[in-house]
Amino acid sequence: MTDVTQTAPGLIRRWIARATARPEPAKRVQFDRPLLPWLFLAPQLAVIFVFFYWPSAQAISSSFYIEDPFGFGSTFVGFDNYTDALGSAEYRHIAGFTAIFTVLVTAFSLGLGLLLAVKADQVIRARSTYRTALISVYAIAPPVAGLIGMMLFDQHIGPFVKLAACFGWELKVGLNYFDTAFAMILVSVWKQVPYNFIFILSGLQGIPQSVREAALIDCKNGARRFFTAILPLLAPTAFFLLIINITYALFDTFAVIDVMVKDKAANNPITLVYKVYLDGFRGNDIGGSSAQSVILMLVVLVLTLVQFRWLERRVHYG
Amino acid sequence: MASITISDVSKTYPGAAAPSITDINLTIQDGEFIVLVGPSGCGKSTLLRMVAGLEEITAGEVKIGDRVVNKVDPADRDIAMVFQNYALYPHMTVRENMAYGLKNRKTPKAEIEARVAEAARMLELGPYLDRKPRALSGGQRQRVAMGRAVVRQPAAFLFDEPLSNLDAKLRVSMRGEIRRLQKRLATTSLYVTHDQLEAMTLADRLVVLNAGRIEQVGAPLEIYHRPATTFVASFIGSPAMNLLDAEIDGRSLRIGAHVIDAGRNMAGQGAITLGIRAEDLHPSATGLPFKVDFVEELGAQRLVHGLIDGQALVLTLDPQLPLQDEMRLSVNSDKLHLFDTISGKRLEHPKTVASGIPVPA
Amino acid sequence: MNRIRPLDHLILILGTLFMVMPVVVAIMTSTHTAVEIHTGGLQLLPGNDGYDTYHTVLTRQGGFTGQVTGARMVMNSLILGIGFAVGKIVLSMAAAYALVYFRFRFATLMFWVIFTTLLLPLEVRIMPSYHVMSQLGLLNSYTGLIVPLLASATGTFYFRQFFKSIPDELLEAARIDGAGPVKFFIDVILPLSKTMMAAIFIIMFVYGWNQYLWPMLMTTDERFFTLMRGIKQILQVWVGSQIPDYNEAFALAVLALLPPVLVVVVFQRWFIKGLTESDK
Repeated sequence: MTDVTQTAPGLIRRWIARATARPEPAKRVQFDRPLLPWLFLAPQLAVIFVFFYWPSAQAISSSFYIEDPFGFGSTFVGFDNYTDALGSAEYRHIAGFTAIFTVLVTAFSLGLGLLLAVKADQVIRARSTYRTALISVYAIAPPVAGLIGMMLFDQHIGPFVKLAACFGWELKVGLNYFDTAFAMILVSVWKQVPYNFIFILSGLQGIPQSVREAALIDCKNGARRFFTAILPLLAPTAFFLLIINITYALFDTFAVIDVMVKDKAANNPITLVYKVYLDGFRGNDIGGSSAQSVILMLVVLVLTLVQFRWLERRVHYG
Repeated sequence: MASITISDVSKTYPGAAAPSITDINLTIQDGEFIVLVGPSGCGKSTLLRMVAGLEEITAGEVKIGDRVVNKVDPADRDIAMVFQNYALYPHMTVRENMAYGLKNRKTPKAEIEARVAEAARMLELGPYLDRKPRALSGGQRQRVAMGRAVVRQPAAFLFDEPLSNLDAKLRVSMRGEIRRLQKRLATTSLYVTHDQLEAMTLADRLVVLNAGRIEQVGAPLEIYHRPATTFVASFIGSPAMNLLDAEIDGRSLRIGAHVIDAGRNMAGQGAITLGIRAEDLHPSATGLPFKVDFVEELGAQRLVHGLIDGQALVLTLDPQLPLQDEMRLSVNSDKLHLFDTISGKRLEHPKTVASGIPVPA
Repeated sequence: MNRIRPLDHLILILGTLFMVMPVVVAIMTSTHTAVEIHTGGLQLLPGNDGYDTYHTVLTRQGGFTGQVTGARMVMNSLILGIGFAVGKIVLSMAAAYALVYFRFRFATLMFWVIFTTLLLPLEVRIMPSYHVMSQLGLLNSYTGLIVPLLASATGTFYFRQFFKSIPDELLEAARIDGAGPVKFFIDVILPLSKTMMAAIFIIMFVYGWNQYLWPMLMTTDERFFTLMRGIKQILQVWVGSQIPDYNEAFALAVLALLPPVLVVVVFQRWFIKGLTESDK
């Protein structure tokens, strides 16, 4: 007889129970007041209801309507907006690009951040100089990064264009799909590396010195030591960063794309979130834009839930 | 299994004004259990870590067996180390923790399994082999840390205050386990602790360190009965040896206004530091007048704190004996320890002395 | 372990150059004239027109209505950054305090209500958020710029983690000493939270200053443009036959990046502490 908790419905039930269980009381002793906590909570709650729940509810509800082009009201269309979006070749094309874009940006910014953090952890001299230099870029806004990137790839003055020309590659950022995509990815990676660097370096420096020394005695080969004794200890941080990076690639790169594409989707690569903006604000297709929003919401929901569930499993090492 | 030879070893940290460790010379025989003991900051851990290869040796030479290991990687020195906070790999099970060092040395799988099983048996870790360190108590973790060292079958064990993080009772039982283990395996061991009791009970020979230098090396009882300096005298033994200001007066010693017979001719004149252990003072009819200040009851004995002419003193008494506010104390003349007031060094008193100069120990 | 490893340093130097060069180029290029840039390409060395360019950018009344100056945009960005940071700290400290230190009905529900906001970034609800703002009449206002951004749980999350790490004994001792919840908050929690508040302020200031999408949607009145909006505008007006004002674009970019970068670099320690300590 199969163990019922291991079957799919059993698993789902168990998982829901865990997700809705009350979080353990934050403190051993707490104040027992019926009214006061609400006073403290009120401002945050008010803002959240007005500016999060209400708009989100509206987004969901308007995804089921099509607005009359002349502004005379809206018609209920059920799931039409969704099927239109998911069915359209254009949407799928953009979704495909978004996926590739996300994978590349995540992989490169995590990889580069990891490499630099590991090296910064290993050197002793000038470590704080490197750290300062690498962290400073964190504070640069995506649009600024996009602007600087635009300049670096500009037809007339951009050094990258000249450099690429040496290899026979005629960069036409803004005109050529592939070139623009390349520039977007490069700039997005550039902007995200410091964030990963900070977290990974912190994680590395949080590993107890004595564990590292024990590894020194147990394992002569530096690379092997890193992969078997050090990297596994970064697992919680690494997973957290994975989710953050994916979220970054999906949403926060909006500004980079906007700067490079300048509202002209035409032949340029864009991501799903940008299409939400284009359809909604430029195309006035509220219904379609909302439906796309909801689809994205679901993607993020899945991602975050995966993160919480996994993080639960990977209990922090005592 | 090997000897460890430390010759003229010093360490100065870059940018430091003075060396942390100066001119250490020590030869550890194969199979010996040597304990480095001293107060915080005396350099004992630094010395251990230099032997391990975790600190650079500024001057001098360390040999393990016949090999000079100054520039050799820790992983190649054939040593195993037990750390104060266990340093177990949190993401590996107990079994994997113990096997890790062997795996990296390409030991055949069958051999690894055999050694891990043997160590687990020795240290009673059988039930925990597939658990992770966070599921174990402090004492269990410490045993895993020792297991990790044991499976390596190294030339030497290095212990860095392994019991300091355990509660008192556990410390006592682990002490015994470490001693038994070492005797059984007969592996050369270098052990660091700040606890003089641990040092006394574990060591074949004791090395007392102070401010980066060796104060005395010897068997525990030897050090206990003939401390070479006031530092060693007050560090080893609990309660600490009483150190009093006194004066040599021919065959007698003058303490304040009172005189006791030293039982022999002492060379030299003038002020000295007189050491007397708490258990060597006995109440008597005549002797030094002692005023009781307070008493600590230990159950098996009584520690009586008081003053002789303003100088503080402790003695141990049988709790059955009646206690008075004022007593007179006497001490056997061969239980008197004399030290130079300035250098703190022991003053020896051969029966006859040719010159009038006190000969330091 | 103290040996100098040249390969490691090489990698780090290359990495640092990759990160820092674009910024250096931007700063240097902004000090040249547009013509110099057009003919000579991007510059590595400072030019002579720095003062002129920045002066123009800051004081020229540009834009379509001729009302906004660079200086005004700097001010708006500052208001947004500081306003957002302060607002975030006030709201989230209070909310976190309630969630951590009080036992009350629906506490768990409120916890989830607040933390669900972590699930959905602004970008997926921009349309309806815009409509709500326009219904409330808050377009083109500072309130409208700042307040909706406060509707996320990140600050509450950070402070909740921080409060949880404060020893329980403090509350117990305070209760014995007769402190009620408000007094406890003011006398014990606030002083203990100073470093955290500073760290969060820095992170939130940078976040607010760097906001792009929301101000872009919310402000059509050029008097409310932030530097980020200004950047978009510069690019929008770039179509034309003359030589684009590269130097001014760069100058604006430099103005936009300098304050947050300086803040992060100068307050590095706090900033890193705030970021990393709260993800546990």
